[in-house]
Amino acid sequence: MRGRAGSVWRVLEFAYPLRWRFVGAGVLAAGTEAAGLGLMAAATWLLATAAGQPPLIALSVAIVLVRALAIGRGVLRYVERLASHDAVLRMVSDVRARIFAALVDRPPARRGDALSRMVSDVDAVQDLLIRVLLPMAAAGTVALAAVVTAFAADPLVALVLLAGLAATGVALPLLAARLARHGGARLAPLRAAYAVDTVDLVHGAADLAAFGARTEYEARGAAHAAELARVERSLARRSFAVDAAATMLGGVTAMAVLATALHRGLPGVWLAVLAVATLAAGEIAQSLLAAARKGAEIRGSLDRVAELLDHPAPATADRPDAAGTTAARAAGTPAAGTADSLRGLPVPHGPVHLRLRGAGVRYRADGPPALHGVDLDLPPGKRVAIVGPSGAGKSTLLALLTGVVVPDMGSAEVVAAAPGPRPEATPIGAYDRERWPAAVTGLLADAHLFHASVRDNLLLARPEADDAELVAACRTAGLGDWVGEHGLDVRVGEDGAALSGGQRQRLALARAVLADPELLLLDEPTEGLDPGQADEVLAAVLAHRGDRATVLVTHRLTGLDAFDEVLVLDGGSVKERGTQGWVRAHGG
Amino acid sequence: MEVVARPFDPRLLRQVPSTRRDVVLLGLLGSAVAIAVVTAAVALARALSAAVELRLDAPAVTLFLAALAARAALTSGLGVVSARMAATVKAGLRADLLAAVGRRGPGWLAGQRAGELATLTGRGLDALDGYFTGYLPQLVLGVTVPVGVLAALAFADLTSAVIVLVTLPLIPVFGILVGWQTRTATERQWHRLQLLGGHFLDMVAGLPTLKAFGRARAQVAAVREMADRHRVATMRTLRIAFLSALVLELVGTISVALVAVPVGLRLLGGGMTLAAAFTVLLLTPEAYAPLRAAGTKFHASMEGLTALDQAFTLLAAAQGAPAGGARTAPRESQIELRGVTVTYDRTTALRDADLVIRPGERLALVGPSGGGKSTLLNLLLGFTVPDAGRVLVDGADLAELDLDAWRRRLGWVPQRAHLFADTVAANIALGDPDASRERIERAARAAAFGPVLDALPQGLDTLLGERGHGLSSGERQRLALARAFLRDAPMLLLDEPTARLDAASEQAVVDATLTLVQGRTALLVAHRPALLAAATRVVRIEHGTLHELVTV
Repeated sequence: MRGRAGSVWRVLEFAYPLRWRFVGAGVLAAGTEAAGLGLMAAATWLLATAAGQPPLIALSVAIVLVRALAIGRGVLRYVERLASHDAVLRMVSDVRARIFAALVDRPPARRGDALSRMVSDVDAVQDLLIRVLLPMAAAGTVALAAVVTAFAADPLVALVLLAGLAATGVALPLLAARLARHGGARLAPLRAAYAVDTVDLVHGAADLAAFGARTEYEARGAAHAAELARVERSLARRSFAVDAAATMLGGVTAMAVLATALHRGLPGVWLAVLAVATLAAGEIAQSLLAAARKGAEIRGSLDRVAELLDHPAPATADRPDAAGTTAARAAGTPAAGTADSLRGLPVPHGPVHLRLRGAGVRYRADGPPALHGVDLDLPPGKRVAIVGPSGAGKSTLLALLTGVVVPDMGSAEVVAAAPGPRPEATPIGAYDRERWPAAVTGLLADAHLFHASVRDNLLLARPEADDAELVAACRTAGLGDWVGEHGLDVRVGEDGAALSGGQRQRLALARAVLADPELLLLDEPTEGLDPGQADEVLAAVLAHRGDRATVLVTHRLTGLDAFDEVLVLDGGSVKERGTQGWVRAHGG
Repeated sequence: MEVVARPFDPRLLRQVPSTRRDVVLLGLLGSAVAIAVVTAAVALARALSAAVELRLDAPAVTLFLAALAARAALTSGLGVVSARMAATVKAGLRADLLAAVGRRGPGWLAGQRAGELATLTGRGLDALDGYFTGYLPQLVLGVTVPVGVLAALAFADLTSAVIVLVTLPLIPVFGILVGWQTRTATERQWHRLQLLGGHFLDMVAGLPTLKAFGRARAQVAAVREMADRHRVATMRTLRIAFLSALVLELVGTISVALVAVPVGLRLLGGGMTLAAAFTVLLLTPEAYAPLRAAGTKFHASMEGLTALDQAFTLLAAAQGAPAGGARTAPRESQIELRGVTVTYDRTTALRDADLVIRPGERLALVGPSGGGKSTLLNLLLGFTVPDAGRVLVDGADLAELDLDAWRRRLGWVPQRAHLFADTVAANIALGDPDASRERIERAARAAAFGPVLDALPQGLDTLLGERGHGLSSGERQRLALARAFLRDAPMLLLDEPTARLDAASEQAVVDATLTLVQGRTALLVAHRPALLAAATRVVRIEHGTLHELVTV
């Protein structure tokens, strides 16, 4: 667990290449606040001086100043907001690219809600700059300028002003942040508990109705909602008490400055100007309460972002410019070394012979192995079917072949085609990971459809394919008629939301077919299709494969006659294995 | 994003009546704040004009501080009342939304509505905090404070009052004009922005797929490029969107200049007292401040208003009588469907269906998916109401029966049972919280859930995660069967209890199911031949019509 400041600095490294833009935005923000303060001070000077009925010429500078500051404040604010948003959005682009690059090299662990949370966490970077740090810098600068100006008039007055501004702009915001943090920690579990209640009441509505348990669960949800409301009310009372204290403190500081200045014998006009300017400075300091609360709110998000950024930058992912090199240097990564270690051996062209020998995988050191002692020989052209209950290790076995997972025990290796200078077998992990899919890929468990056209989704598998090849792949997957009707340019929606479940599955299958690797992996390729269609599609894909190797993971026992070997996995190890005809013999 | 133009939704007062009192309280507090603002400004003006003459007007300073304290306390009070309102409204809407689910039954929740409702009720409504504690108090002050300030200004200096009176409406007018202009521009951009903004999530979600095809590294550049395009598009929108803030800012500050310069000139001519001049200077910005604050917070509170609108729309859609009546179902029930038709949005699930189920019969339903099998079960559960025809229980229309009492005689095993974030025991004893542990354990073992139970760290007391996280689909299905065993109901409705199960789980569930249906009336939706063996009759449903296949 790092300290808060650590996360902030980690994130701010991305602001460094854009430092002049941020300094510019900060100057504009300070200018805006100074203009507001100056406007009230100048207007007060104008009135207090005019009351002495001097000649008009004595007021002309003040009149121009009042008008200029009145317009200047609005214009400055507008320009500042554009400048700060532009700078921070540039920074967010860098952060996003960098986080994405870091995720590329991580084992796939995050799913669903955690993913979207991570994406919204990145938005916290935006809030950190625009709603926390820039207002702090601007308010600090203006407050400092006000204190220095007051010092020129009288040191004691400046001291009173400094004390008042420090209490309003430092002590109270710290308190507000503390309360916000504390409140967030109290609310988060209550909100989570209530969210679970609503999921149960809404998604479990049928079960509750059928079993007459609705009243009981409704009462539980209502109790959580009431407790949530009670805590929210008590937190709001405290938070508004801090606001009230800040308002009051502003007035007290102004009066204290007025009394001190009077006591020190400053001229009458300046007394009024100092009092009004102090009130205006107090209001600027009060705005830091919101910044402090925002800072407390985004703290968790920033920590998570910083944790992701700590992952060493893969050199190939970095743009060869200031941002990229700075980030790489900051992470302490020798760029050249990373590139070499990632490249790996060139992936062989043509058929490959893969082999698992006593392969085992243990995801957690204290847990049971996900896969244990698996032997599997995959010479070119072999067709293997893997069956077994969910959680048996089927997908882990495929992950060994794609190289996403490295065996903890035994080996997953490529057997050399002929005796030669090379060793007899080379681990899969030694090959260039980015190019390994040319040898082994397919339709894997978490196949994702991108929010893009059918064509773009297919081209992912083989960027150089022409339309005729795309349509042919779709036809193999049983999507030919649909593509004929809708074309390749139709967009598929978020993760294929615009498609039916069956179309979605067929499109993912078409993509795997198009990839046309030496060894095709198919993880439940016909899930969501009805049995007749499933057999048809599987037959078409196998026909298309011809004499090249295929590994199929399935829970259906039909249509396995076409496979050379059937493996039954259970609890991570091979329970049974058989050759052609095994399924018939076992009555499936 | 849906834009709700109204700053206050009057449906709120109808839906959550306790807010009426709070709205009145907000108005009173707002008026009191206006008085405190005016008093503080007048007192401060007196203190300042005395100071210019090098005098300390102690009563004026005291009055200023007292008025300021009152202002701070009252404004906080305003915030506290708003926060209380937010908490009350959220709790009220949550209860109403969940009660609507209970009243309309699960049939109403079909499809997307369930997800939307769960999100809205859970976290969506929390967006109301921003609206209530940020925007609403400023809106109230935006009415009361300008009125108070104008009255005081008219008293101090009529000319200045006229200037403020003329410029003040510019804030809402320009706000609406610019907002309207922004909206058309934003709407044009919105689709594009959303596409670009969603790209990162899409890429991250699809990362395993990108890796599987060796395209991940190539996409890093694409992620950066899309983020850059997102920035350019966003900036184009912001340039217009920030104009509204510019206008709000300018109207406020320029008015200060507009008021201060003539007042200064009149002071020069001796036509005004310094105290009156200071009063005008200090009061003028106060007139604009609440409206400006409301303006800057309006955008942030939009999300809350949208959530509110969503909640009211859902509640309006949930209007309607609860399903069922008050009659008790007769004991030995023969069930009859007479000319039942059920239509969904576009498809007809059942067409003019007739069917009689006699006590003790075990009826298997077969047919392609989407043929109407689950609809038939939902009809008997009272989740779906026929669009035409009647469902009769010993001659009594199901629509007139007390549904809770009727359902007590049904045991239901759905395709995908919902498991609750509760103990395993509570999940099995759903609807029968007083069941003894022996009975629960017996039901679990009968449903082939025994081995699972033995493997769980705390057995029956093991807490399941959200939606039963921690159990595999086969284990969940056996738990659902255990519910039906414990229910011990005379009639069973089983909806493909073995769908999506692997071979080992399937055999266990089939065996348990065969035990369960012995001696009971049962309606089984089945794909697998193993379950069909338990049936005394088989009915095929295709395209919403029934065909009797075999009578054993």
